Amino acid sequence: MNIPTDLKYTESHEWVKLSKNNETATIGLTDFAQEELTDIVYLDLPKVGDEIEATTECAVVESVKAASDIYAPLSGKVIEVNQAVLDDPALVNEDAFGKGWLFKIKLADPAELEELLSDSDYEEILSEKERPDEDEDEEK
Amino acid sequence: MSSETQLKRTPLYESHRRLGARLVEFGGWEMPVQYDGILAEHNAVRTDCGMFDISHMGEVRVSGPQALAFLNHLLTNDLAKLSIGQGQYNLMCNGRGGTVDDLYAYRIGEQEYLLIINASRIEADVPHIHVIAASMGFPTSDIQIENCSDYTGAIAVQGPRSAAVMEALSPGIATEIKRNRIAWKSLAGVNALVARTGYTGEDGFEMVIPAEATAAVWDLLLKQGAKPCGLGARDTLRTEMCYPLYGHELDEDTSAIEAGLAKFVALSKIAFVGKEHLQRQTLSGTSKTLVAFRMSGRSAPPRPHYPLAVGGKTVGEVTSGTQSPSLGVGIGMGYVPPVCATGGQVLEVEIRGKRFPAEIVAKPIYRKNG
Repeated sequence: MNIPTDLKYTESHEWVKLSKNNETATIGLTDFAQEELTDIVYLDLPKVGDEIEATTECAVVESVKAASDIYAPLSGKVIEVNQAVLDDPALVNEDAFGKGWLFKIKLADPAELEELLSDSDYEEILSEKERPDEDEDEEK
Repeated sequence: MSSETQLKRTPLYESHRRLGARLVEFGGWEMPVQYDGILAEHNAVRTDCGMFDISHMGEVRVSGPQALAFLNHLLTNDLAKLSIGQGQYNLMCNGRGGTVDDLYAYRIGEQEYLLIINASRIEADVPHIHVIAASMGFPTSDIQIENCSDYTGAIAVQGPRSAAVMEALSPGIATEIKRNRIAWKSLAGVNALVARTGYTGEDGFEMVIPAEATAAVWDLLLKQGAKPCGLGARDTLRTEMCYPLYGHELDEDTSAIEAGLAKFVALSKIAFVGKEHLQRQTLSGTSKTLVAFRMSGRSAPPRPHYPLAVGGKTVGEVTSGTQSPSLGVGIGMGYVPPVCATGGQVLEVEIRGKRFPAEIVAKPIYRKNG
């Protein structure tokens, strides 16, 4: 499972890339998330200017099978939305940490950064999720 | 976890795990929803050959001197029209004209029939079948009813290359078994019933196989390049064709007439369970009717239970909806009042509080060659 070391993560499988001075953040879905979601066919993303609040639903990702919420990793104002991924949502499946980024925000409260997970914390969460599957049934 | 341990497993469960399937609960069974991905599996069926584990479906054999008379009372279609080796789609009604199940009935012998019923309805259907049989007062020696579901596996092979794939398993099979027909064939060294039917709109075969030999047939099909497909692709394929799925388009409170299935209802028969209601609905109309629609522009895919509106007023809801892999647009079915159910009528689908335009279209939504 690909987990870049220069990103921060959430338990709900979003990634965050911070600008040098921690003023802005780029947000996307992890490789694990896109694989779980399978073929992504539509994204409902916030608009530029929208205020989003940490840990609340801020977007919806739709696979063929189901709609799933995306949670805001941080609070802030949306400053850019990835038009390419709106036009071709499969980019999230193809390149979750690159071309499949979703939107950028200007941070409202840098103190929230402490709540995010490091790459190793996130890796730990994923390995805990995968462990029970090895000999017993996959969770529904 | 306790509820999961109670899920039933098909004879192909180990094969699914080996193939890396994602397993989900469906109608009390642990079934593969996908292996590779729904889009790839869907496209394999539309352009090449895919195969599905349908062992969860129920099989009921009805035989005896009164089997035809009984089934013609139990089911909506006219089974007297079936020659030996022929099948037909049927509905099984309750006394209110609602639908207990939809099923395929095959005549497999002079006085012997096979019913293929929905997995989720086995527990409702079998008692219903016995109650109706008892109500007719035939001597028990005149009708035998056997639920074979627990020791029977089944596989569907679907797609334009399925005839070639089946020919490799049993030479001559594709010329011998024509559309809607069924025959006993030897597959992987055992006798199986092979029908030229399916649930995808493509040419294909459905095989009913003794449980212990099902995995061997599956492996032979794998060797011929049939792509394993899960319930996810099965659902997108049948939705494009507007085939009903019990629990979505059909239930105990919805009739065959409302679901647009009148051609499978033989009102010419003297009597059958639910006939008076279906006849009245045919003559006087219904309060709802099933329509197919496609989204007019880009939107999130429609999903079951999303409201359907006309002119800003909610008139019904979506029963099945998805992004059509073949058409690249949102499609679905739903019930609306008949006055709203004309082709070209503009509908609005409410998705997360916002309304998106859709257009009522003729069924099926997807047609080969445009």
